[in-house]
Amino acid sequence: MIHDMKPGDVVGDYKETILDLYGGISRVVLYTDIETPYPDGKLIVSTTDKDGIITHVNKAFVEMSGYTEDELLDAPHSILRHPDMPSVAFKDLWDTVNAGKHWQGYVKNLRKDGGFYWVKATVIPNIRQGKVVSYTSVRRKPSRAKVEECMKLYPTLL
Amino acid sequence: MPYQFTVSPDFSPDHLSGWYIFNTWLQKQTGQSIHLEMYSSFQSQREAIKRGNVDLIYANPFDAAMLVREKGFLPLVKAVGVSDEAIIAVNADSLVDDVANLMPGTKVAVTEDPDVRMMGMIMLEPADLDASNTDIVVYDTYVLVAKNLLQGNVDVGIFLAEAYDDLSHIIKSKLKVLVRSQISVINHSLMIGPKFADKRDEIQGLLVSMDQDDKGKGVLKSLGFEAWAKVEDEEMEFMIDLMDTLAI
Ligand SMILES: Cc1cc2nc3c(=O)[nH]c(=O)nc-3n(C[C@H](O)[C@H](O)[C@H](O)COP(=O)(O)O)c2cc1C
Repeated sequence: MIHDMKPGDVVGDYKETILDLYGGISRVVLYTDIETPYPDGKLIVSTTDKDGIITHVNKAFVEMSGYTEDELLDAPHSILRHPDMPSVAFKDLWDTVNAGKHWQGYVKNLRKDGGFYWVKATVIPNIRQGKVVSYTSVRRKPSRAKVEECMKLYPTLL
Repeated sequence: MPYQFTVSPDFSPDHLSGWYIFNTWLQKQTGQSIHLEMYSSFQSQREAIKRGNVDLIYANPFDAAMLVREKGFLPLVKAVGVSDEAIIAVNADSLVDDVANLMPGTKVAVTEDPDVRMMGMIMLEPADLDASNTDIVVYDTYVLVAKNLLQGNVDVGIFLAEAYDDLSHIIKSKLKVLVRSQISVINHSLMIGPKFADKRDEIQGLLVSMDQDDKGKGVLKSLGFEAWAKVEDEEMEFMIDLMDTLAI
């Protein structure tokens, strides 16, 4: 399940907007300018079913997102969708993995507290007995130079 | 024909005799004749696998994909509480305190260990460093990686965390850790090949209960582990998928 964000969960001054997500969901998101740096040496890992519903998260994922594991499991992965991310990036992600290929890109993610964190994400289809059964994303620490490029590029794609 | 057993060439030299003791134990328990062949390089071990000369292997995670997806190997067990982690270290006198401040042209000391090297290179990415803009120097052992860091011949060392922790206090006091990975789901595992696969359940059963008698416990001790834990097929598949995401 995915809910509107609540002011009580947010830390710091925030802006408000409504995101139209896949499946006719619209979500009120509250977002701040506070960045949480990517933790050194860790990988942030999640798996979704074929519809993008979260089925597994690791500890680093829970810590960085600010949600509890229970809040994340069974939620659409767009629970992390940040309004500064252009939707073409996610279209490319889904087109790529649906074609059975690996997708890699830089993503700005939204935390439960309204803050954000940048990741370098790789998404792959999990193939078992020749069939795609799920998708897994593994994120690592991005370089600052790459993040700055994306900060310039993404607003032009919105 | 005896079955052929081999161990990932990155085993710690302290445990070489342990693997022979383990093989003797395994042959007694299973009543099968098993020959342990140690290869000095990953290259020569992979060639033996390609020729079909390996039936049982304590495999580096880097080779797991090839073993499972190309050679039909199946997972048996992994060592309890042991995972492969990497460390990025520099000379203690280095002015660099953060990987992000490393510059192109950095000289990076590594060993042949394929999984540690991959994890280490990923930890250099925040500085936009990769194989194309660094100078990679390969050494035979982690002790040599440390020595060359101390002598200033290289700028950065990529270590297996366990090997780094085992360095002497004097050496460690002259080094500085920039990053230690905390991945915890990448590990070596014992895997069984198609010719031996009919014995999989039996061997798996023997291994997971190995820590329950004194004899087995002693053998485990000589390997440096406390116990074996069963590895499910899906756990192995997931590790392979994870390694796949890191390979690009
Ligand atoms: C395995 C996997 C991981 C994903 N991780 C993220 C993520 O970290 N952040 C994000 O905004 N979208 C992620 N997505 C994409 C979302 O499913 C979704 O497409 C995106 O948030 C945009 O929302 P929308 O498709 O509802 O428009 C992931 C998708 C998959 C398959």
